[in-house]
Amino acid sequence: MNSNVISLLNLENDNPQCLAAEDYQKDEGKWCAGCGDFGALNAVKRLLAKEQLKPEKMAFVSGIGCSSRFPHYVNAYGFHGIHGRALPIATGLKLARPELDVFVVMGDGDCTSIGAGHWIHATRYNANLTVLLLDNNIYGLTKNQTSPTSPQGTISNTSPSGSVLPPLDPLQATLGVSNASFVAQTADWVPAHLYATLQAAYEHRGFSFVRILQRCPKFTPDVFTEQVKNPDLTELLVHENGVNAPGLDKLFKASREHDPTDIDEARALAQRTDLLRLGMFFRDESFPVYDDIRTVSPVSAQEKIRKLEKEFDRYAV
Amino acid sequence: MNSIANSKTSISTVSEHTVEIITDSGEGAQKCAHVFGQTCAKMGNGVWTVEIIPAEIEPPAHTTTSTSGNIVRFGTEKITNWGDQSKLAVAFNDQVCLSRHRLDSFDDNCIILHECSWETHEDENVREQYAKAMEEMSSKNYRLIKVPIEEETLKVVDNAQHGKNMFALGLLAEIYQRDLSIIEKQIAHIFRHKPAKITEINVELVKRGMAWARDNLKFQYIIESKPVVENRVVMTGNQAAALGAVAAGMELCAMYPITPATSVSHELAAIIENYGGIVHQAEDEIAAAGVALGASYGGKVALTVTSGPGMALKTEFLALAIMSEIPLVVLDVQRGGPSTGLPTKVEQSDLLSSLYGQPGDAPRIVIAPRSIEECFHSMITARRIAETFRCVVIVLTDANLASGVQQFTRPEFDSRWQQDPVDFSALPEGLRPYDWDPETGLSRRIVPGTPGGQHTVTGLAHDESSKVSYDPESNERGCRMRSRKLAVLQSTLLPPPIYGEEKGDLLVVGWGSTQGAIEEAVDRAHDAGLSVSSCQLTFLSPLEPGLKEIFSRYRKVMTVEINYSDTIGDPYITEETRRYGQLAWILRAQTLVDIDCWTSCPGQPLRPNDIYNSILEKIK
Ligand SMILES: Cc1ncc(C[n+]2csc(CCOP(=O)(O)OP(=O)(O)O)c2C)c(N)n1
Ligand SMILES: [Mg+2]
Repeated sequence: MNSNVISLLNLENDNPQCLAAEDYQKDEGKWCAGCGDFGALNAVKRLLAKEQLKPEKMAFVSGIGCSSRFPHYVNAYGFHGIHGRALPIATGLKLARPELDVFVVMGDGDCTSIGAGHWIHATRYNANLTVLLLDNNIYGLTKNQTSPTSPQGTISNTSPSGSVLPPLDPLQATLGVSNASFVAQTADWVPAHLYATLQAAYEHRGFSFVRILQRCPKFTPDVFTEQVKNPDLTELLVHENGVNAPGLDKLFKASREHDPTDIDEARALAQRTDLLRLGMFFRDESFPVYDDIRTVSPVSAQEKIRKLEKEFDRYAV
Repeated sequence: MNSIANSKTSISTVSEHTVEIITDSGEGAQKCAHVFGQTCAKMGNGVWTVEIIPAEIEPPAHTTTSTSGNIVRFGTEKITNWGDQSKLAVAFNDQVCLSRHRLDSFDDNCIILHECSWETHEDENVREQYAKAMEEMSSKNYRLIKVPIEEETLKVVDNAQHGKNMFALGLLAEIYQRDLSIIEKQIAHIFRHKPAKITEINVELVKRGMAWARDNLKFQYIIESKPVVENRVVMTGNQAAALGAVAAGMELCAMYPITPATSVSHELAAIIENYGGIVHQAEDEIAAAGVALGASYGGKVALTVTSGPGMALKTEFLALAIMSEIPLVVLDVQRGGPSTGLPTKVEQSDLLSSLYGQPGDAPRIVIAPRSIEECFHSMITARRIAETFRCVVIVLTDANLASGVQQFTRPEFDSRWQQDPVDFSALPEGLRPYDWDPETGLSRRIVPGTPGGQHTVTGLAHDESSKVSYDPESNERGCRMRSRKLAVLQSTLLPPPIYGEEKGDLLVVGWGSTQGAIEEAVDRAHDAGLSVSSCQLTFLSPLEPGLKEIFSRYRKVMTVEINYSDTIGDPYITEETRRYGQLAWILRAQTLVDIDCWTSCPGQPLRPNDIYNSILEKIK
């Protein structure tokens, strides 16, 4: 989303009525202690404060799942919808009100399983939405069932002897959709990177897809333990037009210059399993944005009636 | 069958006739019938046109499955339905003709103007097939007239496929004394984007048809017309619904293609952008409902259009709209079901699922236009109700209305129909998103962008502030308030008008598109000295008021519907096991009156005569 105008004014410093991150908190988050969703919520609140977005001028749309409780905790308009279907609602809202900032929050089951059809098509529509996939590799709300993104062998209530399929990779899937215009990955245990990624996603005009890797303290506390313990297993994708979080180069030794306009390289990197990669895989601002191309100028009631009369002339007996 | 010999011209005056043009698909029957129907309408006749559509786009030609065509019923008075059997047919080949015979579509004395070339075709198999078809049809008293349609057409064009239809139009024009200048204008209009030569050739073909009929057919029919006193338009129900949507100020139609609803979105796609709106073709019907809901949440007037299988997919979103009290208009152009059913054909089988097709209690409003004219006006009504009551309004039309063509009074547009859907004025201090009026359940809608109104809409049980709350009182209050709105709407409605006597032996109750056929059957019963009336419901949820009292004035009440019901006396079917027609279910439950039903699901509109026979049966 384009925040240039507001960012340039730098309201955070100048405006006495400036809203702090905490002003964007509505109800207290009711997730389990240690849930990765808190990390995402904190980063979002920081972003909203940084951009000084007016609470009434934005909407958070979600599906169903622990992660989809998100809108209840943000001081904004919210739509806590039905399982898997946040994207159609958000697309409709954006078509109706292109001037609103619309954020979408989905879980991994929500987005990549029941909502998979909408995910592909919403990527293709490329409406100007900031889309957060809160991927804890498990069905949290319904208590521990295997998700499409669960690593092979995951023990869960629906796969007590270990899940049988290799996981679906949301990055590869999204990068495979024609018209994908922004694909990035970040992680709840690297807050500075999470924040910087959301910032980049917000700034992108188009469908900004961010996969946030996170742990469910109840059911997948250990999915990323190795990566959390050993930063060398993570490679940062860096580029002057990519995600740039200050100070991370000290923490992560492995980093790679990756030009986010290079789709082939992006796909190749998404496919590799040697290291965990965080950063911007792909961005192309040249794709048409659905709410732009579907915008039609309003017509007054009088004008409509005039046109309708003409329309009816065609059918006149 | 007997072929008639040429003798002197006989002219009969009749009050109405039903004509069919039947061809292989792709032979232009639609164009022929369209011009013919329009011409009749412009000459002041009442007209009703029905399409005969094959299931496939290009089925193998010259078979009983390739039948494509039109039925045009026209008369001196207003015509409200497709009537009974056809009195005259123009058939381009024996197989399509046979298919109509097998459907019992022809009157016993139907005149059939039949292409003559098949009888003497060079291919023996074709000749044999022709002979067999004629043999099968000889059980009836049809008057077969062999016409060299192809041969005559080839005198004007090189490819008879593109021309026979206009020759056929000429035959009809002569038989029914249609005004050639009107026909010429219609043809010129159809081909207005083509070189003038095309119009000339088509008119030439019409003239040839007329000349051939003049020289060879010694009969004519006169169907008088009445002077047209008011401005009228003629269109299909789907066109009327699409224009109704525009006239109602609808700004977004989200849809996924499905017969017979799709053409509504074709009509809309062609024009809606001129009115500041769009058609969004979604990835499926679920998404279409979601996009419409999201747009309505954002303050646009939104519509989603579908048919049975699509309705099934939309159910979860409709429940969300009902639970979150976001206005949404859903147009369901009913087709035969269940499952993929009869994709192109009419049925009224979505009534119960429209009313109750959600897990949980999800009260919504259901209305069924009774005519093509009402397809237009119902969209305006639907929008108004959806917004006033913050609810889902389902408009149930059907394949009969969708592709039927009828004239109606040209509507006078009202700029209030275009009113802005939301009030963006400052919110009263402390106003909550569901500040239900405890009496009516109504509340003010708050739309994103309104300062101070931030809240999170949810499909979970919630309180007045839209806060998730699972406590017994909140849940019961929510249910009560959502339900109350239906009763409040009902209090604004009038009891349905009765067609015929206010009391008597039998009341026939119908809903939606069957009005014309039912009333025609009631007229016949009345003429036969029977004490029969009818009443046609538009509101199905809530029902129009006063029904129990109305029903009490008749010895018997029965519904007539295009859907399935068991027949007592069939194996295993008793009073206890019988499943009723869908409206009968509802009326029985609502009024505790022992309402009977006569239903049929032949994949065709009901015929007045069949309804009449059911009246004779039930009135005993
Ligand atoms: C149509 C439908 N099917 C199933 C459910 C039950 N359900 C609720 S959330 C959920 C999965 C949640 O997992 P995920 O999307 O990964 O979100 P998380 O809770 O992990 O954040 C399921 C299956 C539902 N609410 N609706
Ligand atoms: Mg999950």
